[in-house]
Amino acid sequence: MNPVLSLRGISKSFPGVKALSEVQLDLYAGQVTALIGENGAGKSTIVKVLTGVYQPDAGHITMGGAEVQFPTAQAASAAGVTAIHQETVLFDEMTVAENIWLGHAPRTRFGLIDRRAMREGAVRLLEGIGASLNPDLRLRDLGIASKHLVAIARALSIDARVVIMDEPTAALSHKEIHELYELVEKLKAQGKAILFISHKFDEIFRIADRYTVFRDGQFVGEGAMEDVTEGDLVQMMVGRSVDQIFPQRARNIGPPVLTVSGYSHPTEFADIGFTLHRGEILGFYGLVGAGRSEVMQALFGITKPSKGATRIDDQVRVIRSTSEAIAAGIVYVPEDRGKQGAVKGLPIFQNVTLPSLPRTSRAGFLRLAEEFRLAREYTQRLDLRAASLDQDVGLLSGGNQQKVVIAKWLATKPRVIILDEPTKGIDIGSKAAVHEFMAELAAEGLAVMMVSSEIPEVLGMSDRVIVMREGRIVDEVTGERMTPEVLVRAAAGLAVAA
Amino acid sequence: MSLLRSREALLALAILVLIGVVAARFPAFVRPANLANVFNDTSPLIILAIGQMIVILTKCIDLSVAANLALCGMVAALMNGAGVPLALILPGVILLGAVLGAVNGVLVWKLGIPSIVVTLGTMTIFRGSIFLMTGGQWVNAHQMSDAFKALPRTVLLGLPVMSWMAIALIVLFTVVLTRTALGRSFYAVGDNPHAAVYAGINVGRTQFAAFVISGALAGLAGYLWVARYAVAYVDIAGGFELDVVAACVIGGIAIAGGAGTVTGAVLGALFLGVIKNALPVVGISPFWQMAISGAAIVLAVTFNATQSRASGRIILKSAEAR
Repeated sequence: MNPVLSLRGISKSFPGVKALSEVQLDLYAGQVTALIGENGAGKSTIVKVLTGVYQPDAGHITMGGAEVQFPTAQAASAAGVTAIHQETVLFDEMTVAENIWLGHAPRTRFGLIDRRAMREGAVRLLEGIGASLNPDLRLRDLGIASKHLVAIARALSIDARVVIMDEPTAALSHKEIHELYELVEKLKAQGKAILFISHKFDEIFRIADRYTVFRDGQFVGEGAMEDVTEGDLVQMMVGRSVDQIFPQRARNIGPPVLTVSGYSHPTEFADIGFTLHRGEILGFYGLVGAGRSEVMQALFGITKPSKGATRIDDQVRVIRSTSEAIAAGIVYVPEDRGKQGAVKGLPIFQNVTLPSLPRTSRAGFLRLAEEFRLAREYTQRLDLRAASLDQDVGLLSGGNQQKVVIAKWLATKPRVIILDEPTKGIDIGSKAAVHEFMAELAAEGLAVMMVSSEIPEVLGMSDRVIVMREGRIVDEVTGERMTPEVLVRAAAGLAVAA
Repeated sequence: MSLLRSREALLALAILVLIGVVAARFPAFVRPANLANVFNDTSPLIILAIGQMIVILTKCIDLSVAANLALCGMVAALMNGAGVPLALILPGVILLGAVLGAVNGVLVWKLGIPSIVVTLGTMTIFRGSIFLMTGGQWVNAHQMSDAFKALPRTVLLGLPVMSWMAIALIVLFTVVLTRTALGRSFYAVGDNPHAAVYAGINVGRTQFAAFVISGALAGLAGYLWVARYAVAYVDIAGGFELDVVAACVIGGIAIAGGAGTVTGAVLGALFLGVIKNALPVVGISPFWQMAISGAAIVLAVTFNATQSRASGRIILKSAEAR
């Protein structure tokens, strides 16, 4: 059987990162192909290439034997490729029918939008996938599962031949997931070629016919699902050559600093308990959405836990706001630098001193000399490259912005530092500097918690690793058990390998 | 920062050119006494623009300033009529203005209502309260004590007290914004509210503080306005809030928050003040005034937009060092 859509030798680079390196992918009519890979394997990049959002640097895309190009999202959609995203990209204030037909609405004789044809068409498409939604409902009144149905109906309205589903079940309940599986079966029966991206092994084995594995932007293997076991797939996903070098450090673990017990949140996590020691790097591994960042945000006073206790140096401390957390010696370097970390319009020195203003000011008045001293001290330690500390942070490169954010937190003289995906999206050189620095911090007696989805980083840097899945701690890994297989299996909810 | 400074220098230059053009035909316009007069006339706008600028810094807007001014002005006039000494009236109206600002601030902070909606509502409520208090009656010059009317006009060292107040507030708020922790948090909150939360800054409380400052300044301006023009009624300073916002926009205060200086707001106000005072001298109709102010706003916004576009992603290593 010939594939409906076929990618060969696709490469894509971004400044400092090679996201895809000569990968291939085949999709067949009436079959579900699962795309499997760790974070950073290149899955989202390939989706963006397929939907015309990114242009590949090299390689060919063929559909039905003829070479095609997708210079724009419209071109991809006109060729019959459509994607249903994790967070469905639809319009909340428009009705179901308007969402389905946006951009290609049926017209009347006079060139006006034919609202009746639109509604009738919407009902027909929705019925075709077994959904009975009122086409006049506004999207914001629907649940996520119904929004998926609308997205799929939209895909069918442009007569898509290829449907990409990017972690469609990530936000669904059990019942909704089953309805989605039935829907996938219907689409298969209609002869659509489906690309299904998921981290969950149980669902891959349930609905996929074929698999393709990417690792670090490279194609690793493909085949029929009936020919592989879970173990084979895990092996393909993680069997990497460890090419990154992590700093050697003496394990010098001191007394407990932070003890968390029975920590729960109504909707995000439950029964979280662990102890963090001086001089320790404690890694938190899990799939995206496992609740790791949510726990950290609660510890930092951004959200409120419903139950549980935190003790610092054996004293019970209740943290109700971020300023209380900072006062208690806990700081958080967030994942999303752009949004949560740097204040781009302020100069470097003002960014560094922002959480330390109570200390650098006297009677409410800032002491600029003191601020410059503090900023100079910490930016030098981090080897920040900037023309002047007066420079706006928005003008720095990503790696240097990250350094400013870290310097900002170190300047508060914390005891516990939480690093959320500390090296996400920065180049290799800056990564090494951040790792080096984490080792130094631990050596100086700071207690470090690192949330990371990159297995080499978690294994290379941590003394201990806590694995979370669906809002709970599922494993605590130390010593010889610290291997990629153990982490991936625990995070995916698979039984421990014998 | 150097970009901002050059923007302000540019605006100052525009004001000087404007004055120069008028002076070429009417040399009397640039006599120090007349320039002092123009500054004095612009003082209420300057005072309100400083408050508005702080509110805009925090990603909010205060449309109720002119109504706040009118309400505080009326209360000042009524207090004066009841025989309250000026030494109590002045702190009284500043406090009242601050309380009215606090109402805006609490609604924005605790209920999370967009500030444009909150202040659009309170603007009407404040005006309505004046009507309820007075039944639409005017308070005229002969009902005001001489001391009440004299204070803003009293000349000290060649300038009226009203001008001195504006100058003192310019200095005070320049210090507050550049040299205090509160001032720094106004910028941080407006530039990146998420990052401000992570840095231990309470975003809502900072916005609240901005509204209180804006309100207090409107309260003071209310007394100055009523005493200077020697009349108080429901509609004084009607629509003045738009002049205030215009002064901020012309002065380079980013409407999305996080960027701007007191100097910018003051220059923006002066620009409008010079146009308002110069055009009648040159014999240009007041409708042209409106067109010129409008053009200045569009120009200022276009200028800001092109400047912020220039710095996007810095990909080239060579560009990074700039």
